Amino acid sequence: MIEVRRVYFTYPGGVEALRNINLAIGKGELVAIMGENGAGKTTLIKMFNGLLKPTKGCVVVDGVDTKETSVAELSRKVGIVFQNPEHQLFAETIEDEIAFALRNFGLPEGEIARRIDSILKFTGLEKYRGLSPFTLSGGEKKRLALASILVFDPDYLVLDEPTIGQDPEQKDRLLDFLLEVNRRGKTIVMVTHDVEFVAECKPRVILMRRGEIIADGPAEKILIDEELMRSTSLLPPQISLFASKLNLHRSGYALLNVDDAFKILLNFLRDECLC
Amino acid sequence: MLSFLEVFRFRRRDSPIHRMDPRVKALYVFVASIISIIYYSLTAMITIFISTIPLIAIAKVHREWIRSLRGALFLTSMIVVVNMFAGYLSGGLTLTVETVSYAFSMGLRFLTFTSIFSIFFLTTTPEDLSLALEKLKVPYDYCFAFTSAIRFVPDLALEIQTVIDAQRSRGLELEKGNIVRRIRNYIPILIPVFIRSFTRSIELAEAMEARGYGASEKRTSIYELNMKHSDYAIASFLLCILAISILLRVYANWY
Ligand SMILES: Nc1ncnc2c1ncn2[C@@H]1O[C@H](COP(=O)(O)OP(=O)(O)OP(=O)(O)O)[C@@H](O)[C@H]1O
Ligand SMILES: [Mg+2]
Repeated sequence: MIEVRRVYFTYPGGVEALRNINLAIGKGELVAIMGENGAGKTTLIKMFNGLLKPTKGCVVVDGVDTKETSVAELSRKVGIVFQNPEHQLFAETIEDEIAFALRNFGLPEGEIARRIDSILKFTGLEKYRGLSPFTLSGGEKKRLALASILVFDPDYLVLDEPTIGQDPEQKDRLLDFLLEVNRRGKTIVMVTHDVEFVAECKPRVILMRRGEIIADGPAEKILIDEELMRSTSLLPPQISLFASKLNLHRSGYALLNVDDAFKILLNFLRDECLC
Repeated sequence: MLSFLEVFRFRRRDSPIHRMDPRVKALYVFVASIISIIYYSLTAMITIFISTIPLIAIAKVHREWIRSLRGALFLTSMIVVVNMFAGYLSGGLTLTVETVSYAFSMGLRFLTFTSIFSIFFLTTTPEDLSLALEKLKVPYDYCFAFTSAIRFVPDLALEIQTVIDAQRSRGLELEKGNIVRRIRNYIPILIPVFIRSFTRSIELAEAMEARGYGASEKRTSIYELNMKHSDYAIASFLLCILAISILLRVYANWY
């Protein structure tokens, strides 16, 4: 469990990026953190592995205060994939890039080779294994960055803007993949502006605005609340906006994606035809 | 460590010092630096250092100033220690009062330099700086290269921090191992930073060409630098101070 208790954070320049954040993310949860640019999302996730320490309050991961342990220690548990892969790719080959964390954590070489094989297969980067990371396309670099974290199998997987720069097919694969990893009991926290993506995986949604959490609840409740979403520069998914126009939400339905709409509208049409 | 680079971050603000002609401010940096070089006693250093404080106060940049001083503190203490150690060795393994005071004044000299340059960079817009260089007949390409380099320093500092964060999240421990290992630890930091800098400069060049950089031979500026009466007065005052300081140093043997 990741617990954030009454956390305030001010950057050295004087920007107050987090204000009174209270949050508990349990094992096995699927969470999306959303909110306008500069809301403090990236700052918040940097607290989870101790890269940033609260100015006030505390962050506790599986019972250990982040102030009392090292980033290296915490990173094994909390794997963070940052937004821009160019900030981390450096190795000569893709294999070395993936092995980097494993070597830092001191795994035996045999185990490293085995893990690289399986992760390359899994992420579809197998055909590039001996190439330089810098020859990959933007979207592929992003997948490599993800692979380089996944490979050490952290209990909590934290992703900053995972869908940016991915084509729709890759997004679908990422979605299936995240849901699968989550089913296997891993906690997933993603930071994203991509409402359509969130509408597909229906996680717990945490909305942030100006350093504060303004809402925290199931996607079915938060994503369809247009006023709330707009207050932090977001919009509900198009399907939900459409459903709002039809007053469907007021009648107790929550439509987030095409599948929801299909099921509900099909029922309506059936009723219509039967009467 | 990176906060030392804060010296180069300009924040738009208004004060008599911000409005001063950049050439006069450059003259100030020149005069104050010369004086801090030709004098070396602890008293002199303290005096010069204290003389920078009112300027910082007038410009209202004390916060940034304190930050850059704090950043310079590590190097300062190194300077003090090294000087003291050298004095200790050359003085027959005894530590005299002179050695100690000399070591401290060398440390203070570095802080004074930091302070003087802070006043300049914290209160001068990159555009003003570029204009001032042009007025001094530096070719525009060099002015641009210089000012854009300065402008990128804070971004670079932020970028280095981001890379460090990303690699630490992959278990990199910078402080681990013997000296050779520690240097090697920086490779995963340096490579992304270098590559990003290259890409960034290529992108900048493309963006500039797309906007017609270099299309016309003779450039004109929207803003022109104009020396006001107060600027002339201050410049003369600075030159007087310089002259007096040199005279006192040479003829009265003050130090
Ligand atoms: N290294 C830093 N130094 C100073 N201020 C910072 C730093 N990083 C972020 N900030 C400031 O902190 C605030 C929160 O930034 P943060 O990066 O956490 O926002 P975000 O929610 O991730 O935004 P985005 O959606 O644009 O990624 C912003 O006002 C930002 O300007
Ligand atoms: Mg962010």
